[in-house]
Order: sequence, then C-alpha cells, then structure tokens
Amino acid sequence: MMTPLAGYLLVAALLFAIGLAGALTRRNAIIVLIGIELMLNAANLNLIAFWRYGPHPEALTGMMFAIFSIAVAAAEAAVGLGLVISIHRHAQTTDLDQMNRMKG
Amino acid sequence: MGIAFWIVAALTIAGSLAAVLFRNLVHCALALTVAFAGLALLFLQLDAQFAGFVQILVYVGAVAILVVFAILLTRSSETPKDGGVFSTTWLAGLVIAAAIFAVLGWALLQSLAGLAQQSATPSVTVQQIGNALMGRYVLPLEIVASLLTAALIGAVIVALHEKKQEAE
Repeated sequence: MMTPLAGYLLVAALLFAIGLAGALTRRNAIIVLIGIELMLNAANLNLIAFWRYGPHPEALTGMMFAIFSIAVAAAEAAVGLGLVISIHRHAQTTDLDQMNRMKG
Repeated sequence: MGIAFWIVAALTIAGSLAAVLFRNLVHCALALTVAFAGLALLFLQLDAQFAGFVQILVYVGAVAILVVFAILLTRSSETPKDGGVFSTTWLAGLVIAAAIFAVLGWALLQSLAGLAQQSATPSVTVQQIGNALMGRYVLPLEIVASLLTAALIGAVIVALHEKKQEAE
C-alpha cells in the first residue's frame, strides 16, 4: 500500500531520471538545459511533498526552500540560455558533440 | 491517493518524456510547458497554493518563453540532417540515468514503512508566507534579489558581447 508521500516521491524520482537522461543523451544544448530544469523541478516537488507530510508544516521551511529554489532556477535558466545564444553566435552551432575545444 | 493524483502525475511524466524525446525543438518546448503545468497542479494538490501559482508564473510564464526565444535566436528548430538528435555517448548517459532511478527507487522502497500517512491539511495563508519572508528569511530574500539582478544583467551582457565587438 502506497502512502501519498511515496507517490509524490516516485513521481519526483521519475522526473529526475528523465531530466538526467535528457541532459546526458541529447546533442542540442537547449534540450540539455531543459533536462536540467526538469531535474530542479523534481527536487522542488520533493521539497514541497516533504513539507506537506512533515511533522511541522506551519514552520514553512520546505515551502521557503522550494520558493528560493524556483528563483535560483529562473536565474540559472536566463544565464544558461544567454550562454547558448552567445556560443551559437561564436561557433554557429548548438550541437554539443561539435563543441570539443576550449580555445575560442 | 486519489485518481486526480495519478492523472496529473501521468500528464507530468508524459510531458517531460516528450520534452526530452521529440525531434523538433519547438515541440520539445511545448511539451516542457505541459510538464511545468502538471507540476504546478501537483503543488496545488499538495496544498501549496503559493508555490503552485509561483510555478505557473515563473515556469509556464517566463522560463518556457525564454526557451522558445533561445530556439528562435539559434535557429535550431529544424532537426539536424547528419545522424540523430542523440549524442554519440547516449548509451552511457541512459545507463547512468537508469542507475540513478534504480537507486532512488530502491531508497524509496526501503523507507516505505517509515513514510508518513495522511496528515491534517496545513492551513498556510499567503500572509504567513509574506511575514516569514520579511522576518526570518529576509537575508536569503535580499541575496536572491541581488542574484536575480546580477543574473539578468549578466545574461544580457553575455548574449550581447560578441555583437558589440563586431561593431567596433
């Protein structure tokens, strides 16, 4: 018999694995960033689920952690996509298999 | 565990799977939006109304638009002609992801007995969240504010830099 918390944790684990698989197997840099966003969202789901079923939900710690995590993830997405655009302008590609040099 | 949870969970998982599997990047971005909306619904089901609406505003509203703009600006919506959309090391990546999921699932199975059963719905108002943000969590809030400012300025500078050099 599954408790509700176990269901949410299972969904979060699946989301994390899907995001990791996307980040590790795709060639396009934008899909890699999408995979990273999915992993961050899976962590947020864990935080909210533990907050909801934890012993002291009125302390708001898990909720606050998730809100700050969303803010940091938004900053990460903006900088990451800016970097992808910059690299595309420099190398004319977003294919990660072709980005094998550190020299510009 | 209501039927609503399983429907929303299936929608979220299907959206995220489609986001990493579709060949066309625009379709990936649309599927990603579905996954984010499903996550917002999961937050709402967990009685975290504020986090759910923040998720809709930030992810469905802003991050999805950012992804679409990045696809537009890098002209990568057409699928590559040579080979597939997957990297040459896709098998290793898949094995690593499957191993991570196996470890997480094993840990979950081991702790099933200790997980909390149904608990009373927490009554958390937005006023309480605001008071906590302005009281106990005011320092993290200020740090996040400066982080967001720095990140947005930095993203604009990084994305504009090359163009400025060409103009000189």
